[in-house]
Amino acid sequence: MRKGKLWSLALVMLLVLSTALAACGSDDKEQGAEKDGEKASGKEKTLVFGRGGDSTSLDPSRVTEGETFKVTVNLFETLVNFGEQDTTVQKGLAKEWKTSEDGLTYTFKLEEGVKFHDGTDFNADAVVANFARWASGDAEKFPYYSSMFGGFEGEEEAVIESVIAEDEYTVAITLKRPQAPFLKNLAMSMFAISSPEAFAKGDDEYERNPVGTGPFKFVEWKANDSITIEKNADYWKEGLPKLDKVIFRSIPDNAARLNALTIGEIDLADGINPADGAKIEGDSNLQLFERPSMNVGYLGLTVTRPPFDKKEVRQAMNYAIDKKTIIDSFFEGRAESAKNPMPSSISGYNDEIEEYAYDPEKAKELLKAAGLEDGFEMELWAMPVPRPYMPDGTKVAEVIQSNLADVGIKAKIVSYEWATYLDKASKGEADAFMLGWTGDNGDADNFLYVLLDEDNIASNNYTYFKNDETHKLFLEAQTEVDEDKRNELYMKAQEILHEEAPWVPLAHSTPLLGGAADLTGFVPHPTGSDLLSNVDFK
Amino acid sequence: MLSYIGKRLFQLIPVLLGMTFVVFMMIRAIPGNPAQVILGQQATPEAVAALNAKLGLDQPWYIQFFSYLKGLFTGDLGESMRTRLPVADEIWPYLAATLELALFAMIIAVIIGINAGIISAWFQNSWFDYTAMILALVGVSMPIFWLGLLGQWAFAIELQWLPTTGREQVRDPVSAITNLYMIDAMLNGRFDQLWEVFKHLILPGLALATIPMAIIARMTRSSMLEVMRSDYIRTARAKGQKMFWVVYKHALKNAIIPVLTIVGLQMGMLLGGAILTETIFAWPGIGRYIYDAINYRDYPVIQSGILIVAFFFVMINLIVDLLYGVIDPRIKYD
Repeated sequence: MRKGKLWSLALVMLLVLSTALAACGSDDKEQGAEKDGEKASGKEKTLVFGRGGDSTSLDPSRVTEGETFKVTVNLFETLVNFGEQDTTVQKGLAKEWKTSEDGLTYTFKLEEGVKFHDGTDFNADAVVANFARWASGDAEKFPYYSSMFGGFEGEEEAVIESVIAEDEYTVAITLKRPQAPFLKNLAMSMFAISSPEAFAKGDDEYERNPVGTGPFKFVEWKANDSITIEKNADYWKEGLPKLDKVIFRSIPDNAARLNALTIGEIDLADGINPADGAKIEGDSNLQLFERPSMNVGYLGLTVTRPPFDKKEVRQAMNYAIDKKTIIDSFFEGRAESAKNPMPSSISGYNDEIEEYAYDPEKAKELLKAAGLEDGFEMELWAMPVPRPYMPDGTKVAEVIQSNLADVGIKAKIVSYEWATYLDKASKGEADAFMLGWTGDNGDADNFLYVLLDEDNIASNNYTYFKNDETHKLFLEAQTEVDEDKRNELYMKAQEILHEEAPWVPLAHSTPLLGGAADLTGFVPHPTGSDLLSNVDFK
Repeated sequence: MLSYIGKRLFQLIPVLLGMTFVVFMMIRAIPGNPAQVILGQQATPEAVAALNAKLGLDQPWYIQFFSYLKGLFTGDLGESMRTRLPVADEIWPYLAATLELALFAMIIAVIIGINAGIISAWFQNSWFDYTAMILALVGVSMPIFWLGLLGQWAFAIELQWLPTTGREQVRDPVSAITNLYMIDAMLNGRFDQLWEVFKHLILPGLALATIPMAIIARMTRSSMLEVMRSDYIRTARAKGQKMFWVVYKHALKNAIIPVLTIVGLQMGMLLGGAILTETIFAWPGIGRYIYDAINYRDYPVIQSGILIVAFFFVMINLIVDLLYGVIDPRIKYD
């Protein structure tokens, strides 16, 4: 009797559960069919782009963080553009430009007949108004403006002297001193041209109501969830964009994002783990995209902390670490072994440099020369978060730890929460720390000067490396407008950096993206901000 | 009754004040500087100092604390340093997302947990009892990360019954009114969307419900076992009452009170502790909001976010305390 009752109860529960789930199932299949139908008939083409985080703002000039630029590169345009898959300077809102002999004045001829999303005209006055807005700001408002152009109006370090509208479609920008990467800086997403009428309503309000000239217009933002943009029907480039709508979805977990891609909830996913690359390649419904590398992952050696104040010890670290194993195991081979602080795609890269080989014997010799034949103890800081240039900090640290043990160095792995990690490392508290960098504009200055010059100690130069010779070379290169001469300066600097060895450069990784198989026209950009105007479905 | 509520609400003030103070000191004790995070890695030390001054972070801590308190008493929760929006304006959508998920999870946990507990107690030492209690043990010790991804793999990828992540079908978004999407879909008269939203709730809801469900089941079982041994139950059975009514009407009423306490505490935990579920299922909830704020050292958001969660926690437990009186009239408040 008792038994019978229990059984019937269990049966009823099972029945209810399976009916509910089955109901979900049937409905879902209809949904799927509908979606495919939509695509085929070409009624409305929507791309859902899954990524790891949400944007902070939709006004690109106000932030330094990449998730914002991924969206705004599609809403706004810059005076000059980067190449489709490189950082060469191409025409943008300016159709042509010329530089004065002294390298101080740039004159831009603007595209005519371009309109902002709010219907106002794009012209020389609009460009002047945008520069005036940035120049009158401060570091909190426009952080990148001061770091790329030296400072704000009235500040001595500022590079830009004046921005003048010569006629309706001609703008002249005059500099106080030549700046070699000036055009590359202008092509960066944060210097996109906004509608002056829209930002006049207030800078803070503008962050959620962006108005540009780009192929897509802003529709809706659900914080931490999705950002929707739609086709700009009046876009000035004929026939573009091909999609009707793009939805950027934040899916923080890499595995969950891949799951969503697998069943077609999203059409494109960035931040694919190197280990999942092969799985996507093997799935006929998906395709794998490789983003050209513009980054470096490295082990920084804080040169103010003994024994890393000795060059021999730093070189010994370079000989001791087996980069090939690291790249094969944790980057799945999708990375280039690094010998310089910047990737080979960047102009000025010194390919003559001979990479430190994996040679524990040589490392031991150097340690002996430094008076440390018995080795020493150190802390090895492992990155607590995955980044494209360092997919798994802890595991890479374990390999490094065992490599170092082979030459008698006892490394203790430590890790902190990310903001703490950066804060402590920037104060020079780490012996050796893992870190990396993704370039902003593809210029050598953006790697070498930013990461290894004395001017950037305590900000981006975490190693506290200081060298009079490289400092002189970097400053000279900043104002040298002759490309060949400039490259020579950087080549020489890289030789010194190689010899002084403030880093163990580890890898230049190739970040991976996954997409639906019927996606066409998607070209991942090395900066990490992808223009989607050519993307379409088969 | 009213004076009891008044007293409880009055007691709330020192609790929340104390908590605000502890959080305030803790976030300032950890390394890291909001100005540095806002300005990015390339910022000069001068710019960082200038922004610190602008944000008032160069002031002594007690001045900062009292100016924050002053804001609180005038209903100002501060402004996010990262998004430059007032916390009071931006917090609701996150809170609503978590409330919806936590309520859904709690309903599952209560329905399944209490019933499993009752049946286990009713048929003590049966196969059901053993299975349910082993499952409950597995449930409390299950890592949500693993469970969530497993659920996605089974129900979304293999069976394709349920969506993997998110709150809604993004290709057909719910237009937010209250930000509780189940309600919004109904208000908009979109019953197809209601169904979609419901389906999006199932996997994260189940993942989030697992631990409370297991705890509730175990609590209900032990509480029921105790009540079932009491004299009045024997009397009820002797009178020839149907066993079902004896269990669900007479026994449950007395057994439910300790369970209710657990439900209240667990509900409070879900509000702040749903962060793992929110991460795996890309749920834009308050746990992730506060977690991101910690990464950005966004002090006002951390402080006010935790304050709001704590407030809800305390309120839920007050409601639970009041429910005791409804269930058991012998309990008086004074």
